[in-house]
Amino acid sequence: MTTSTSTRAAVTTPDRRLPALGGFAPGALGIELRRVLRNRRTLAFTLIMPGVFFLIFGLPQGGQSLDNGRPVTAYVMISLAVYAAMVATTSVGGAVATERALGWSRQLRLTPLRPAAYVATKLITAMSLGLLAVVIEFLVGAVAGVRVPAYVWLLSGLAAWVGSLVFAAFGLFIGYLAPAENVMQIIGPVLAVLAMFGGLFVPVEVLPDVLQQVATFTPVYGMGVLARAPLTGDGVSMAAVVNLVVWALVFGVGAARLFRRDTARV
Amino acid sequence: MTSTHPAVELDGLSKSFGAVTAVDGLSLRVQPGEVVAFLGPNGAGKTTTIDMLLGLSRPDAGTVRVLGGTPDDAVARGRVAAVLQTGGLLKDLTVGETVRMTAHFYRHTRPAVEVLERAGITDIADRVVGRCSGGQQQRLRFALALLPDPDLMVLDEPTTGMDVEGRRDFWQALRRDARRGRTVIFATHYLDEADAYADRIVLVRQGRIVADGTTAEIKNLAAGRTVRATLPGADQAALAALPGVDAVEVRGDSVLVRTGDSDAVARHLLTRTAARDVEITSRNLEDAFLALTTTQTGA
Ligand SMILES: Nc1ncnc2c1ncn2[C@@H]1O[C@H](COP(=O)(O)OP(=O)(O)OP(=O)(O)O)[C@@H](O)[C@H]1O
Ligand SMILES: [Mg+2]
Repeated sequence: MTTSTSTRAAVTTPDRRLPALGGFAPGALGIELRRVLRNRRTLAFTLIMPGVFFLIFGLPQGGQSLDNGRPVTAYVMISLAVYAAMVATTSVGGAVATERALGWSRQLRLTPLRPAAYVATKLITAMSLGLLAVVIEFLVGAVAGVRVPAYVWLLSGLAAWVGSLVFAAFGLFIGYLAPAENVMQIIGPVLAVLAMFGGLFVPVEVLPDVLQQVATFTPVYGMGVLARAPLTGDGVSMAAVVNLVVWALVFGVGAARLFRRDTARV
Repeated sequence: MTSTHPAVELDGLSKSFGAVTAVDGLSLRVQPGEVVAFLGPNGAGKTTTIDMLLGLSRPDAGTVRVLGGTPDDAVARGRVAAVLQTGGLLKDLTVGETVRMTAHFYRHTRPAVEVLERAGITDIADRVVGRCSGGQQQRLRFALALLPDPDLMVLDEPTTGMDVEGRRDFWQALRRDARRGRTVIFATHYLDEADAYADRIVLVRQGRIVADGTTAEIKNLAAGRTVRATLPGADQAALAALPGVDAVEVRGDSVLVRTGDSDAVARHLLTRTAARDVEITSRNLEDAFLALTTTQTGA
């Protein structure tokens, strides 16, 4: 005997299988990206400000050349692209702090989303915004008249972008360290100082000797050197590579440890 | 296909925070389809119990089974969903985006439009969460909990902070939704909510269950009536000596007698004294609640 209720029950029996990939889903990533792109603060600091910096500090040096004859404006543009990318990826990673402070992480624990899938979503979002930041900085430069060979655009852009992964990890590290809603207000100035030491605002060579020594150990130095290498034609120093790898490990391992502590049950 | 497992099986659960014993050897079994109210004063251990039930925290001792399995598995399969006292929302997403995003984390969910409708927030789907009222946010949490069409729904003080109308709307939404067979466990301070929406009331105090039964049974536990009369110069000792009398209180010209045998008191008052305006009222759930949760054990 089939009653209408039992038919309905049969139709609506929910699918109780586990989600694929721990709940990682492109659809959720899409919403996350839209959310980031709606944030005026993020847009101002990652997509607009670095471009404006270029127009203010880079353009006036038009006509000047580096030792190898390439334009100084390209040097400034690439440095600012690194800066834009690192601010972009840090802000997305650091948003974890806000989400923890708001209790969203706790809400997520009531869903099938696995913590690793959550972090993967954050990393991809961070790297997407980082890529956008590099592309926009390069667009501003290109429109303003920067001309370099195609391989420089490509390799420098790639280095700036990939290097910013270190700062996505840095953002996550801070995000899991400090459950504050306004964490970016605190990190912003820190990033600016690191960018200074990394030679993104002025070449490291113009700093006093002691600061130059210190600078080579700070986290932006390596990625700055790497991103500019295709332009300057200078070889990539061992120090720069070691710098990048070590900081990537420090922030990556640090973020992973804090993340584990955060998701452990109490 | 009906499961033979209980919806919830808590066995000897204990949890301490430093010197505070939040949950103290609590055991509870809830059958599929039951609607259970978890009632208790602040700090009784309701939230701590619910956190362990959902796998959000680990018991110091005891075991938790949800729908025959572990809480984590039940959550991951969408078999259990919850509206938490402290669960946060992202302020910069819209209501609709929050629902759609959460839906992506599951293998399968009810359609977003449907849960918005059932939670009664279709009209604010495009509103940014940060601009929603507390009651609207709570209904959004409820919509999120409806997504997986869970077999067990857990709500921790779902209407705290809502005004009377908000509370009514929320419970109406919950009621409208009540699909046959869904088990519901909710924590509350509000006796009227427990009375109106639960089949069964579990009273918790200091991390232990002090009473467990139907609303009627709980009321009976603190059974008895209050007899009130106007009687200047009442003889308190004589009234207290009557069979079944628990307490006698004199307030000006009025006397209040709490008793298990209201007939005897009324008879005494009307035949042996000059009492007038005799009123007999039965004690409500509120009295039962107060009696069971405020007196010290063994007193
Ligand atoms: N994380 C914690 N750290 C320390 N003590 C805690 C913690 N969580 C709960 N407690 C303590 O455990 C006891 C039970 O708290 P719980 O939140 O479970 O009570 P509750 O019944 O949910 O109360 P309420 O009705 O106020 O929500 C309280 O004394 C509380 O102070
Ligand atoms: Mg509570």
